[in-house]
Amino acid sequence: MQQIPKEMFQPASVDLSEAEKISKPSLSYWKDVSIRFRKNKLAMFGLVLLVILVFMAIFGPYMTKYDYATNDLMSTNQPPSAKHWFGTDELGRDVFARTWYGARISLFIGLAAALIDLFIGVLWGGIAGFRGGKTDEVMMRIADILWAVPYLLLVILLMVILGQGLGTMILAMTITGWINMARIVRGQVLQLKNQEYVLAAQTLGASTSRIMFKHLIPNAMGPILVTLTLTIPSAIFTEAFLSYLGLGVPQPLASWGTMASEGVQALQYYPWRLFFPATFICLTIFAFNVVGDGLRDALDPRLRK
Amino acid sequence: MLKYVGRRLLSMLLSLFLIITATFFLMRAAPGGPFSGEKKLPPEIEKNLNEYYGLDRPWYNQYFDYLVSIAKWDFGPSFKYKGQTVNDLINEGFPVSFFLGMESLLLAVSIGILLGVIAALNHNKWQDYGAMIFAVLGISVPSFIMASLLQYVLAIKLGWFPVARWESLQHTVLPALALAATPMAFIARLTRSSMLEVLSNDYIRTAKAKGLSRGQITVKHAIRNALLPVVTYLGPLSAAILTGSFVIEKIFGIPGLGSHFVLSISNRDYTVIMGVTVFYSIILLSAVLLVDIVYGLIDPRIKLAGGKKGE
Repeated sequence: MQQIPKEMFQPASVDLSEAEKISKPSLSYWKDVSIRFRKNKLAMFGLVLLVILVFMAIFGPYMTKYDYATNDLMSTNQPPSAKHWFGTDELGRDVFARTWYGARISLFIGLAAALIDLFIGVLWGGIAGFRGGKTDEVMMRIADILWAVPYLLLVILLMVILGQGLGTMILAMTITGWINMARIVRGQVLQLKNQEYVLAAQTLGASTSRIMFKHLIPNAMGPILVTLTLTIPSAIFTEAFLSYLGLGVPQPLASWGTMASEGVQALQYYPWRLFFPATFICLTIFAFNVVGDGLRDALDPRLRK
Repeated sequence: MLKYVGRRLLSMLLSLFLIITATFFLMRAAPGGPFSGEKKLPPEIEKNLNEYYGLDRPWYNQYFDYLVSIAKWDFGPSFKYKGQTVNDLINEGFPVSFFLGMESLLLAVSIGILLGVIAALNHNKWQDYGAMIFAVLGISVPSFIMASLLQYVLAIKLGWFPVARWESLQHTVLPALALAATPMAFIARLTRSSMLEVLSNDYIRTAKAKGLSRGQITVKHAIRNALLPVVTYLGPLSAAILTGSFVIEKIFGIPGLGSHFVLSISNRDYTVIMGVTVFYSIILLSAVLLVDIVYGLIDPRIKLAGGKKGE
């Protein structure tokens, strides 16, 4: 048996001045969010996946000596090999180069659409929410009526009229895409504008735009960020859908959507031509979705299990 | 209630008017006239054609005529296929699309709810993870890829189902499943989260304390309350199924309205695109209105008189 020395039975001294001491360092809101986010394994996995995908989109096309647009009619529809890592398509173009070049286009479409939605949505929703009253009523009525327009039908219609292209696709996606963001921002602003710090800013003589951009928008950043992350995959989805209908980016440009829809037609004989673009579309959408969900859980502690 | 329905109907008509106006002017802005093909038509024939379709009249007359004809449920002619009207296409294709849509709606709702309930009842167990992995897959895979894979694996490789065409009930299984996959995943996630929330409520504890069996609690108390968010999803769901049908009908060679629409897009048959778009918009807006009314009826907590949209 272990000997316990007598000294260990001494009463512990209680120092009352220590009781009020904060033992842990205080955490800012975003530090707290980042801790919660990092605990979410699935979301972290998604984030790592996104970093890899973006890295490959930037550097992937330089890793192979083949170009995304050069035809090589002597080696068409090759299976993956040491020469062509992901095989070749029906014009002998290297699928590896096309995949990462397509990643740039697909990710660009997603990001651009999301950022334009963000810009219009924050302005529209912020003004409607902050002004309130008649302005709010009119602005949100307009948004409601536009919201009722079936999204994909409008996008298809615009693509038919405006013609295929990267710019027209982003325009078609954002023409009603911003409404969701506007609604969320408006809801947040309505909630926040009656807080004391807004009143304090007003009494100090801060201008409306200063209150908007220094006080309201930063405090509404959480929901805005979540909406932004979830807009990107839906834009990539829409891009793939349009490509399948023959309204994608024009040749010889490659996007994951156009590659996958070409791959679908060749599925029976050359399955790898669908496999690569399809896998990366799914991985990207998956990654953005889990990161978005993870962010939402991290931002709102009440939702924790 | 009546006042609310009236208000919603009015705002729906306004949206519809906006859509019709927008399609009309967009189509006028489309490059090239309806008869500018590879062969140049003799000027007399083009003049006659323009006169026949009323294209020689000023735009406001054409616009007004278009509004009137839509109100009379006439969606106009096709300029690519002579003698065929958009109404013909709708009468021929829509029943097929409607059947397919209903079948996948049923599949999506029933399997989605089932998966969600199973996941919530076995929270953080393998059933939960399994159902959610399934749901994430459904959300991440674009429908045309899902459809081609189902077709390739189940029909071509395994031969369990017919590859394409639209003849018997067996032919409908794969397309309906492919169309239902994404909405099913959404419903499963939605049901799971709302079920988890409901299960933590006090009245569930009361029911347990009363000594009700697990099955009774689940069916009588939990599911009924957990399904409310799913009902709100029915509006977007019908939109998803409708637009999804374009792709699915093309892949499986189904003679529905969706494949006509896709064909008219690749033919640049502007009047058909316009007519079908307006028709689809009418269907969708009515569906959304119907869902909202039903939601108001089944959830007594919602006061319709205020006319406030649920956030």
